[in-house]
Amino acid sequence: MMLEVDNLHVRYGSIEALHGISFQVKEGEMVALLGANGAGKTTTLMSIMRLPPPEGPVVTEGSIRYGDTNLLPVASHTVVARHGIGLVPEGRHIFGNLTVQENLKLATYARTDTERIAWDYERVFSLFPRLADRRNQRGDTLSGGEQQMLAMGRAFMSGIRFILLDEPSMGLAPLLMQELFRVLKELNDAGTTILVVEQNAHIALKYAHRAYVLEAGRIVLEGSGAELAHNPEIRKAYLG
Amino acid sequence: MDLQSFFQNLLNALQWGSFYALIALGYTLVYGVLLLINFAHGDIFMVGAYISFFIATFFLGQYAFALPMALPNTAIFAITLVLTMMITAGFGVTLERVAYRPLRRKGASRLYVVITALMCGLILENGNLALLGANRRSFPELLNNTVHVIGGVSVSSVKILVIITTIVVFLLLETIVRKTKLGMAMRAISYDRMAVPLMGIPVDTVIVFTFALGSSMAALAGVLFATAYPVLEPYMGALVGWKAFIAAVLGGIGEIRGAFVGGFLLGFVEIFVAAFFPSTLRDLIAFSILLIFLSVKPTGIFGVARTTKI
Repeated sequence: MMLEVDNLHVRYGSIEALHGISFQVKEGEMVALLGANGAGKTTTLMSIMRLPPPEGPVVTEGSIRYGDTNLLPVASHTVVARHGIGLVPEGRHIFGNLTVQENLKLATYARTDTERIAWDYERVFSLFPRLADRRNQRGDTLSGGEQQMLAMGRAFMSGIRFILLDEPSMGLAPLLMQELFRVLKELNDAGTTILVVEQNAHIALKYAHRAYVLEAGRIVLEGSGAELAHNPEIRKAYLG
Repeated sequence: MDLQSFFQNLLNALQWGSFYALIALGYTLVYGVLLLINFAHGDIFMVGAYISFFIATFFLGQYAFALPMALPNTAIFAITLVLTMMITAGFGVTLERVAYRPLRRKGASRLYVVITALMCGLILENGNLALLGANRRSFPELLNNTVHVIGGVSVSSVKILVIITTIVVFLLLETIVRKTKLGMAMRAISYDRMAVPLMGIPVDTVIVFTFALGSSMAALAGVLFATAYPVLEPYMGALVGWKAFIAAVLGGIGEIRGAFVGGFLLGFVEIFVAAFFPSTLRDLIAFSILLIFLSVKPTGIFGVARTTKI
């Protein structure tokens, strides 16, 4: 078992956002977390990343374990640097005032394995050749699709083995969306564990091994990607 | 104005500009990272000057426990400079930890942090007054201030030291901020603080480094200022600090080259206004000129408009 979230209750200020959710992600899996706006998908990712308020919620009950570690007392930067969990946040959050190259270099901040870093650069540039072309351009001059690539490349450069993605397909043209999930599949096949939050259930269920459905801070359904894709409730609510 | 007095004024302007630039740097570095105007920064300059005074007089053997052997004055100056920068850096970091970090942890609005900074400045001034009294202290002369007269312009070695040091510091800081990962992290925080820990970067470490860097530059300015104008008093940081802050805004706050250009610009305006008008009108005219400049370009020389300031 890799990531194990158990009976997690969290709040933002005085409002409880998650009412005791439990789920697991096993090593090497690609798991999707589906749900409508405000269901608590982003909150779940912020909790795992241990982001402090105001962005992150406060955990009031339950546990988040990763391997043998209790993640609750761990600082965000340590979640990334030591435990190898990374987040590609909703809205990308790339550093627009830095160049593409600087964005990638900054992600290696805590790493000392110089040889692996050089190898990871090559891998990022071969996965996303556009980033190599735009290497010296400022982040805020990139198109939405390119920014998504940079956000993923950056997470990758921080040396992680488990990647969380928050609505990666948002604002992307259908063709780019397919391309993005193909890259995710490729990463997953090469051994990276993936937890992806999506509103686009169609594409997420096509690629994910398993999925959970969140509704108003509770998990209401779970199953394999294929199972859920044929579930009549899901078809009605998300697949139209 | 003849050529001779033009160059004399130019040199003086460069020296004053250097003091402003070095202090403005601390304002701009902290603003660049935290979007906080650290109004206590001018008083950190004062603290630096006082720390250097006590270190210098200690090494000169003016206290009960003197060193076994006397050091040459230039060596004392070098030791004083380095120790002062280190201790003042620690002081700035402590201020951040005691006064600003708790507010940040609670997610307080930046207005409260700015007010806290103002209060910290007043506490430093009045704490000094209470602790050391209102007596002015005169900084010992550690460097031989030889004055060369070149083509009718008197060039003192201290002036040259101040100006060259400032230029070296500028190049050094530009390199740190442009090329090192820590410098990139500083720029990244100002753009998007939330995403920084996601890169495996401890935000607090970057903030501590920023305060240490800014405070050590204020200390450097303090030592150089005390060497050039050897009178120390508790309020010495107040007016210079305000002016340096204005210099930082003028250059475009948050930009390192802005702090330097703004500092020198302020030095030039002040010195050249004083050359033509009675010195009592100096600040009035100088700041009126700057007010007009800012009303034309409110973001300063290098600044870009941001949605949130202060």
